Amino acid sequence: MNGLFPFPENISTYGGDIDTLFNAVTWITGIVFIAVEVALVVFAIKYRARPGRKAQFVHGNDRLEYFWTGATFVIVITLALVSRPLWNRIKEPSQFPSPDLELAISAKQFEWNVTYPGPDGKLGTPDDFTRRSQLHMPVNKKILVTLSSEDVIHSFFLPNFRLKQDAVPGMHIKAWFEATKTGEYVLGCAELCGLGHYKMKGRVFVHSDAEWQQWQQQQAATALAPTQEATSAGAP
Amino acid sequence: MSTMVLPHEKQSHAHHDDRSFIQKYVFSTDHKIIGIQFLFMSLLFLVLGGGLAMVVRWQLGFPNQPMPGGGFFSEAMMNKGIMLPEMYNASVTMHGTIMVFFAIMPLLVGVWANYLIPLQIGADDMAFPRINMASFWMAFVAGLLMVASFFVVAGPANAGWTGYAPLSANPEYSGVHTGQQLWCLSIILLGFSSLAGSVNYITTIVNMRAPGMTWLRLPLSTWSLFITSILILLAIPVLAGAMILLFFDQTLGTTFYQPEHGGQPLLWQHLFWFFGHPEVYILILPAMGFVSDIIANGSRKPIFGYKAMVFAMAGLAFLSWVVWGHHMFMSGMQPMLGGAFMVSTMVIAVPSAIKTFNWLGTMWRGNIRFHSPMLHAWSFVALFVIGGLSGIFLANTPIDIPLHDTYFVVAHIHYVLFGGSLFGIFGAIIFWFPKMFGRLMNDTLGKIHWAITFVCFNMVFWPMHKLGTMGMMRRIYDPTQYPHLQEATPINHTISLWAFALYGAQIIFVVNFFWSLFKGPKAGNNPWEANGLEWVAPSPPPHGNWDGELLTVYRGPYEYSSPEAEANGTDFILQSEKPSSRQGAPGMAPAGH
Repeated sequence: MNGLFPFPENISTYGGDIDTLFNAVTWITGIVFIAVEVALVVFAIKYRARPGRKAQFVHGNDRLEYFWTGATFVIVITLALVSRPLWNRIKEPSQFPSPDLELAISAKQFEWNVTYPGPDGKLGTPDDFTRRSQLHMPVNKKILVTLSSEDVIHSFFLPNFRLKQDAVPGMHIKAWFEATKTGEYVLGCAELCGLGHYKMKGRVFVHSDAEWQQWQQQQAATALAPTQEATSAGAP
Repeated sequence: MSTMVLPHEKQSHAHHDDRSFIQKYVFSTDHKIIGIQFLFMSLLFLVLGGGLAMVVRWQLGFPNQPMPGGGFFSEAMMNKGIMLPEMYNASVTMHGTIMVFFAIMPLLVGVWANYLIPLQIGADDMAFPRINMASFWMAFVAGLLMVASFFVVAGPANAGWTGYAPLSANPEYSGVHTGQQLWCLSIILLGFSSLAGSVNYITTIVNMRAPGMTWLRLPLSTWSLFITSILILLAIPVLAGAMILLFFDQTLGTTFYQPEHGGQPLLWQHLFWFFGHPEVYILILPAMGFVSDIIANGSRKPIFGYKAMVFAMAGLAFLSWVVWGHHMFMSGMQPMLGGAFMVSTMVIAVPSAIKTFNWLGTMWRGNIRFHSPMLHAWSFVALFVIGGLSGIFLANTPIDIPLHDTYFVVAHIHYVLFGGSLFGIFGAIIFWFPKMFGRLMNDTLGKIHWAITFVCFNMVFWPMHKLGTMGMMRRIYDPTQYPHLQEATPINHTISLWAFALYGAQIIFVVNFFWSLFKGPKAGNNPWEANGLEWVAPSPPPHGNWDGELLTVYRGPYEYSSPEAEANGTDFILQSEKPSSRQGAPGMAPAGH
């Protein structure tokens, strides 16, 4: 994907499908784009005013109108219908896969507070712990996050995962992803959220299974009981 | 304006002869003066809005380096000439607000609906001249309020031109109180101005067309302004309602958009975009109309598929009401709605394609005169296509996930609003300038300005598609903060240099405008050899427009190169020219007075 429109490296299970769709639309629109621009240039040269030249007196052509109306309609509707399953797979909660790990992410100016379930694997229990602007996860596991916000609207943006979802105060919005590669990646805020919007970033760590177990146990051990409060989002 | 000499008034308006200077040029009820007032006001705002864009580009191209002239700003905005986020967010917000509401919208509607509609339909003025005058002065006061917000404590609004609540609703979050309130008041007042205008335009077009000016003989400029006015009439009340609630949240302690006491942030987005998407078409349809007039004139051919062009504009207008959700794909709105809005949004490609192909059809086998309005109209098509096609990416919900709220969107809106609307506006100003002021603008300067603007525009906005796919978010003060945007730094630097050149090149247009105002060659009634009724009137037209003549229309506005025209030894024929008895009554639209 290092062509005209480079995306960051994709490391999520559904990101490749988005990239494929992007490429397909680039081809379709690219052909129309080139056809129109070439026609504009050719017409400009071929039909430029010259002494003795006459414009053809013609008001249009109904069959042509039907043709390009119909053709455009069929292409875009087909494109929309083909794209819908992918959208539902990524965004429709009723179609989410059953998660291996659930996290609660509460955004506020200008940080992402990620609450982890702790050793018992359940959120809302005393062994939960919260880390500021650090998103850790195991590789090849389905992660379900519940996004909320304490103040204004933020947008949870993982460029390498091809995921973006607003965090809206008063709402608990679910999103899922599955990383396919270990490493460190970036989390950004994509919705103007105030003066510190530009620095509302987080670090994303995708761990191998062993690393993840180790990190989680380490963190749980150092976590103190009262950190639970961050899970009750919306609290003042 | 002082150079405008109004010929003596016709008899029916003799009572106007004793109008004072103020009545004639300041508190005027003449649709042409009001149009010219809107022109000067909105061009000033265009300069201001562009200047704010330069501030934004400085920070993105030269992050954390002292800005030339930075010392001029208060310490709350600039630290020893280095821009603070306060300055950046305010500039981004006010650039968008001013360009949308005070530059592009009045340049398309306030200027040309006022100036052109009566002239193109053969009326002597608007249906409600006093409401028309009030419309300008409300816009003027709204503009003053918006400018005043730059001078209040904590500066102007900084929550983005879309003013998403709760950021815009609560000064605790944005750090701005008075500025954000003035922003609301100004836009509410501007809304009243637009409403007054649109009622006037609709009434005038419905009731005051000259005999023989059937609906299908209207120039597409007037059609576009008619459809736009209907959109304004229906969309602005929604915006006003949303703004009033926001103002209450800011000042009275209500919580319509704040969830702590039962409010709903997404309510603002639904209301704003229910207005906002029609608004997007308010900002492009009139330009489509002007460009259609200019392309037919430049190509010396009838517009290809006139009826299809009208239906396409009506189709765009209708669709604009059912696509607002595509601004909210990532908002947490029910995903099923996202799927539905994807389908409705994709359908927009259909009327857009109809328009594009018909413009191409109009140029096909023409005898194209590339005067500078035609060059601008040509680039409108070339650039609008790019904005339209990038819209297909954004309409596609899965592809929108990585692209939403990135520079891909910034590229998209600028290809439509600058590449489209603003090129259309430049073309329209050069095209109708001789009618307005009686003198032609210099064509060579016009072409130089066009060429530099065209190149710089593409050098600025094309690379933004790439920034978008790289994942550069909108409205970030300092992209170098992000590891994945390190490669964006040199691109941003280059874009900024081209942007400064783009802004600087507009001096050519300003010089051409004012030089021609005083020194341009006298235009005569019909310098472009066009067909519309406006070219029958003297340049500039007197008060009452027609010197007491009553016009009758015999044919459509695009009968270039018709046999009838050729019988006259030319390739154009005015709509009001009486058919000679030997010929039938040709024309694209059946008569039917």
